[in-house]
Amino acid sequence: MSGKLRVRVDQDKCQGHARCKSLAPELFDLDDFGNAHEVGDGTVPAGLEDKAWLAHSNCPEIAIDVTEE
Amino acid sequence: MSDSVNAMTEHPPVSDWVHDFDHTDPRWTENPFPIWDELRAECPVVHTKRFLGCYLPTTYQAVKEIAYDTEHFSSRRVVVRDMRPEITASAPPITSDPPEHKPAKQFLLPPFTPDAMKKLEPRVRAICNELIDEFIADGKCDAAARYTRHIPVRAIAHMLGIPEQDGDLFIKWIHEILELGIKDDDALMRAVREMTGYFAAQLEQRKQQPTDDLISTLMNARDKDGQPLSDNHVLGSLRLLLIAGIDTTWSALGSSLWHLAKTPADRQRLIAEPELMPTAIEELLRAYAPVTMAREVMKETVISGCPVKPGNMVLLSFPAANRDPAVFPDADKVLIDRKENRHAAFGLGIHRCVGSNLARMEMTVAIEEWLKRIPDFRLDPAGRVSWSEGTVRGPRQLPMLFGNAG
Repeated sequence: MSGKLRVRVDQDKCQGHARCKSLAPELFDLDDFGNAHEVGDGTVPAGLEDKAWLAHSNCPEIAIDVTEE
Repeated sequence: MSDSVNAMTEHPPVSDWVHDFDHTDPRWTENPFPIWDELRAECPVVHTKRFLGCYLPTTYQAVKEIAYDTEHFSSRRVVVRDMRPEITASAPPITSDPPEHKPAKQFLLPPFTPDAMKKLEPRVRAICNELIDEFIADGKCDAAARYTRHIPVRAIAHMLGIPEQDGDLFIKWIHEILELGIKDDDALMRAVREMTGYFAAQLEQRKQQPTDDLISTLMNARDKDGQPLSDNHVLGSLRLLLIAGIDTTWSALGSSLWHLAKTPADRQRLIAEPELMPTAIEELLRAYAPVTMAREVMKETVISGCPVKPGNMVLLSFPAANRDPAVFPDADKVLIDRKENRHAAFGLGIHRCVGSNLARMEMTVAIEEWLKRIPDFRLDPAGRVSWSEGTVRGPRQLPMLFGNAG
């Protein structure tokens, strides 16, 4: 039940809206062009699960996958 | 010289929105939301014979399908107008299709990242306060003419490295291109010529004396073969930054202040709970998205079950998509704490607005500074709010009273 979440930004879909970085800066970062990628291996630290889902549900390009391990 | 007045055509009033829509009709200008709702209930894609033939996707899904489909829909014309003259002045990357689009956009992205905007933020905050200083003692102002209009102009001028005082010139060109230009080809061409001449002189100056600003950044950019961009490319991109960066944010900002003026509960909540600002900005962007783009149909296809034929334009209404109740519960309500908000105010797909981070910063700062200095304000009942005509929607007159004035 207490599976860890992992986030991943689909690089083909991301267009750099930067909503994820704004909502969950602990989980996402931007490159020099403003396109997003997950921080580290995308593992979501305990307590940040809501932010992961929030980033997922606000991405206009539906570029963020959240998976449960 | 041609006579620009004679070149204008008046449009007959609309009686059948579903088969004969017209986004320049005064009722659309005043309040488009019920029209979009009516059209959406009828069909995901409607058509008009006006503008030499034009489609309007009315649902989020249909807008998205078109925005993602660069094979059937070209960006070479991004404004729906009465005429379709030869394409002479492009503005890459907004008027580019793949494969030219991506390299043209890459040059513009680094100066507009959120981090780059943080560096610009103090100047924008100062601009806002300089403007407020000019009218706060009057107890009232036309917020569209004296506040929201000047913030994006001065901010982009600051970034480009041109005098902020030249803003009035930019405002004139943009009015001629985006509003008059829908029906008046001469006004549009004249404004494009003047603007191009202005920037060509700026390029020449920098060839003599390089500077550290966005114009120089573009002049110093190199393509993948190590070659500099042509002057024409740089001029096109500068035209784009000016056209796209000014009316749009002026409009979004004006609509936001208009909403807050007539909705004291939201205003008071935003002052009491400033941490709501990010969701409030996104919600205001959703509900009052200013920008409708356009595409030209290049090949026959089907969108949301509706056949779409070449020779027609498409009015790509991100604002209508943002009001689709199938995607946004209570789509017609402004909920400043809306948590899930995949709005399309800055477009969808490869043409995502390059200035979205700038626009968000400007809106946030301009509303924060206004609320700090003028926490209590309302629409002036003696005045009239007027809205722009065309594809960038926002208030052009916004008379306000402050505190207990009036």
